[in-house]
Amino acid sequence: MTYVRDVGALARKDLLLELRARDTLPAMLLFVVATFVVFHFALPSGSSDLAASGLLWVAIVFTALLGLGRAFVPEREQRVLDGLVLAPCDRSAIWLGKGIATLVFLAAAEVVALPVFALFFHGLTAATVAAVVLADVGICAVGTFLGAMAVATRARDLLLPLLFLPLAIPIVIGGVGASIVGSPGRYLAFLALYDAVFALICWASFEYVVTE
Amino acid sequence: MSPGRAQLTPVAPRSRISLPALAAASLVLVTLALVLVFFVVPNDADQGFSQRIFYFHVSIAITAYACFGLGAWKALVHLWKRDPHADLESYVAVHQGVIFGSLVLITGSTWAKISWGHWWLWSEDQLVLFLVLFLFYAAYFMLRYSVDPGPQRANFSAVYALFGVVLIPVSFMAIRLAKQAIHPVVFTRHGPNFGGWILVTYCVAQVAMLVLAYTLYRVELAGKRVDARVRELKEVLA
Repeated sequence: MTYVRDVGALARKDLLLELRARDTLPAMLLFVVATFVVFHFALPSGSSDLAASGLLWVAIVFTALLGLGRAFVPEREQRVLDGLVLAPCDRSAIWLGKGIATLVFLAAAEVVALPVFALFFHGLTAATVAAVVLADVGICAVGTFLGAMAVATRARDLLLPLLFLPLAIPIVIGGVGASIVGSPGRYLAFLALYDAVFALICWASFEYVVTE
Repeated sequence: MSPGRAQLTPVAPRSRISLPALAAASLVLVTLALVLVFFVVPNDADQGFSQRIFYFHVSIAITAYACFGLGAWKALVHLWKRDPHADLESYVAVHQGVIFGSLVLITGSTWAKISWGHWWLWSEDQLVLFLVLFLFYAAYFMLRYSVDPGPQRANFSAVYALFGVVLIPVSFMAIRLAKQAIHPVVFTRHGPNFGGWILVTYCVAQVAMLVLAYTLYRVELAGKRVDARVRELKEVLA
């Protein structure tokens, strides 16, 4: 039970910080809408709806990257991470708390982005929305983990996209597949599998990222 | 005892197989494989002479997987047992894996060009998978070289190498799935008709590549260890 409380406290801290400073979420929202406008002009008129469905996933991955790049910056700048590592809680709680907070930001950005996408391009199917939800979990699990590593390196925000994109390719494949085929069950199952496998490995190995 | 003395890492235990013996074995095996591939094995009925690259392409691909697997195993040993040699060993194994992985991309696209007329085919699972892995492990080097040497770098590298070994099957599944929806299956190949000289040649080429990779791994490891040792000694003497 203490573990759940620790995770809750850490996630609440991030949400509260965002509520007061409003650093990340407005940037993500503006970014995702701006990408849609860019995509509209990138797609020649008369392109199929399938192409637009693919671009939705590009927008989601890059918007998530924007949020993930910021995720551990306050911890690093204010040296909170040292305190968190010293705190008498399981280290994986740091990852889980941060992951949940990032998931909330990403979901909040998508609550606006998906209707805007439907308005600009074409309607959304239930399968697409389900795939977005499943993909968000995987993106935040892996992305938060890699964000914690990237922020400790010299290259910082330069490194996160390089680390993250190869790992995000399966998510994009699953997401695009679920959005464009008639029976998306297999793709949704694949996304769920991805979430489970990578959440497990992140949860088990996060300790080594923050300790020596 | 000088204060710097404690900083010297213990010398790695000597391996059972000596490096010259390994080098000789890889020379013999690779030569034998070349002779078998070019002079002994019959031409493929379908694809003719060009099909012979298959013996190297496939055996190099499996060798690359073996290197990535070894890298992940050493990473696990590092995280689990805190073996002071495991970090360098994991890095060298991944490095060899990337070298062999690049060879897979080169031999694969050569084969694609000659057989199908295109340098790149998104319908070839193995090629696409190796491209993803290549990008992933290229980022491994970026990560490793933007952290100062020390326990943190060892941990980051180890954790990322473990991610890689999970990413291989996950990506493979994803690419298989993508083919059904996103890319139509253009080329279907009936399973290779293994038997006689074909099987022998393939096995020899496979063993040759594995022994060659292990030799290169040992050479690089020896060089890196001497480097590290010299640096440590210089620091102690300074």
